[in-house]
Amino acid sequence: MSLTDTLDVRPGEDANLVLRRATVLDPVAGIDGVHDVVVRDGRIAELAGPGEAPTDGAEVVEAEGLHAFPAFFDPHVHLRTPGHEHKEDVETGTRAAAAGGYCGILAMANTVPPVSTAADVSALREQARASASVPVGFLATVTRDMKGEELTEMVELREAGALGFSDDGLPIVSSRVMRRALQYQRLCGGTIALHEEDPELSGDGVMHEGPVSAVLGLAGIPSVSESTMIARDAALAAYEGARIHVQHLSAAESVEIVRAAKAAGVQISAEASPHHLCLTDEEVRSLDPHRFKMNPPLRREPDRQALIDGLRDGTIECVATDHAPHQAEEKDVPFEQAAMGVTGLETAFAALHTELVLPGVIDLSLLVERMAGGAAPFGIERPSLAPGSEANVALCDLAAEWTVGEDGYESRSQNSWCAGRALTGRVLVTVAAGQVAFRLRSFSLGVAA
Amino acid sequence: MKHLLAIEQLSREEIEAILDRAESFAEVGRRDIKKVPTLRGRTVVTLFYEASTRTSSSFELAAKRLSADLVSVKAAGSSVDKGESLKDTVATLSAYDPAAIVIRHPYAGAAQMVAGWTEAAVVNAGDGKHEHPSQALLDVYTLRRRLGSLEGKRIWIVGDVLHSRVARSNLIAFERMGAEVTVCGPPTLIPRGIEELGCEVSYSLERIGEAEVIYALRLQQERMSESFVPSLREYAATFQIDSRRLNPRQLVMHPGPVNRGVELSGDVIDSPQSLIAEQVAAGLVVRMAILYELLAGGERPAPVSEGEGAGQPAQIGQPA
Repeated sequence: MSLTDTLDVRPGEDANLVLRRATVLDPVAGIDGVHDVVVRDGRIAELAGPGEAPTDGAEVVEAEGLHAFPAFFDPHVHLRTPGHEHKEDVETGTRAAAAGGYCGILAMANTVPPVSTAADVSALREQARASASVPVGFLATVTRDMKGEELTEMVELREAGALGFSDDGLPIVSSRVMRRALQYQRLCGGTIALHEEDPELSGDGVMHEGPVSAVLGLAGIPSVSESTMIARDAALAAYEGARIHVQHLSAAESVEIVRAAKAAGVQISAEASPHHLCLTDEEVRSLDPHRFKMNPPLRREPDRQALIDGLRDGTIECVATDHAPHQAEEKDVPFEQAAMGVTGLETAFAALHTELVLPGVIDLSLLVERMAGGAAPFGIERPSLAPGSEANVALCDLAAEWTVGEDGYESRSQNSWCAGRALTGRVLVTVAAGQVAFRLRSFSLGVAA
Repeated sequence: MKHLLAIEQLSREEIEAILDRAESFAEVGRRDIKKVPTLRGRTVVTLFYEASTRTSSSFELAAKRLSADLVSVKAAGSSVDKGESLKDTVATLSAYDPAAIVIRHPYAGAAQMVAGWTEAAVVNAGDGKHEHPSQALLDVYTLRRRLGSLEGKRIWIVGDVLHSRVARSNLIAFERMGAEVTVCGPPTLIPRGIEELGCEVSYSLERIGEAEVIYALRLQQERMSESFVPSLREYAATFQIDSRRLNPRQLVMHPGPVNRGVELSGDVIDSPQSLIAEQVAAGLVVRMAILYELLAGGERPAPVSEGEGAGQPAQIGQPA
């Protein structure tokens, strides 16, 4: 099994590398120590003793003091293709992913037009094989054109290679349609990923409803807008024996509902985004839509703490960026008018390392585990550093300090929630599906004699 | 002070400095020639993306009384209609090298963004449901003239607080001047978490008798269709300030325009307890003071006019 059995990537050269004296950490495989990581023909050939691996003409990376992790997997990315290629496309989006240490991503289907037919999926897969730096999987919409009314041809979509289904960007408002999709899943398979929001409760809200929205005079999106829909869909999934994945949890109430559903045996998984794990709605006092306007919105400190607790106890199995590129003119407007969404692929690991690991809120090993936790909910094999695995490696310098945006972005858009932030920890090299997908420009690889 | 973007950013001292300046302009207003040369040769742009009568006319007149050149832009009929972005519009107007841009915009934070795009001093004349600082200043001015000081005064703000930028700015301004504020209205129209601003919340007029000042807000007609309130009739029955609920020592204010018979009864509007006309009059002198403070205040002392001004908080110079 390899990522490319299920995802698509531009074919390239299999990597032959030795990461000399790297500190290797793969909590799931039970690896934690200093090794020479030998990558041969795109696979992890061996974890040799430090300084002991033969070079055999492979590129040698002096990795003493650097960390090698299983590369990350992001189940929630907007590649904006087709339709909004001025924001992002398969090439730039996967380059951003590679720069963030990712070896695989799932692209959302809320494009223009939405990915609702087998032809749409096939065309995107072809694009990925032509231009993707890291393997990409494509979700298709649950309902035709995301209208929430009729189901897409889910069987044919699956046959065309759709890895799952999501109307992300919009909730499936009708409980009848939701139930039908869950029933139909028995036929077609594929996890259904859900953007949970009750538009009746969100109204024209642009930020979390609470003291900050009260002070700013901005319409609020209450926490219950999210949690009530999760409760509904957890109940439906239980009733139908279906498999659902809850996207971008933001509210404490939501974490509690997912936790209870898991305890009751519901097949439910959940993700949280780096921005919800690091920020609160206090940031919105700046009225800066570039960095702080997204949906679901940044919420209160107890919500953030609940997300961290969920990450710790496994209620939330993965970090997902909800990477949502927008061009400057869609953000250079007053907060209420600005587009929702921030980018995150290039900064996810560094931000969480800086904001959660360094202050001792969570362990490094937990972060590493959760950064790749987004594969399993979609039936994709988890990246591993165990010998014999396909090489999917993120080589990181945990001491590197950098300012986000100073050297530009790989993404076509610049609406990073981290823009201007000083982060500690940086991805130097990414190996994805056995190929070197990214090398930080200032970090040169040595070549063996 | 470079810009006037939000009451939230003003200290009590800064508020008082503007009010003191306004007092001296009130004196100018009693002269035969009401114009002073302070801003001669400088340009003030007013840029209104929303309908306005009081605010736009008083800012325009204030600029003229200060001898500034005035450019008034209304969104309707301008290039905004043609889809020009706020940023581009501001860049265009900035080419005239204005000393100040007075902006009203339907969205929060617009004035603050404009301040980042232009060299001019920016005055927020209302941004969405966020703030309306010049309104708060004129209301504090009006009350200060009537009461001497707001220290320890109990002020009730009654009505649709949720959709009101006036409520937010006034709440902050009243508190900063030492008053104790209660916001009152139906729970559907009181924003969740407003207590953060240090006010009390009441869902009924039961204790309205304790207020020394009642500040009523306009109830937009469309709030019924959005089911914030069941009917104007029920709203008026529950929250209207009428002569039955008002005691003779209480003062009544309203930012205008009033829905007569909804938030205020007709007899209350016309009663001597109503400060509504004084608020409008205060609007002019306070907006003159705002432009003066931003454009002339920091740079040089106000020129002293001959034979007058002793004991005045500020001197404004000769009539133009």
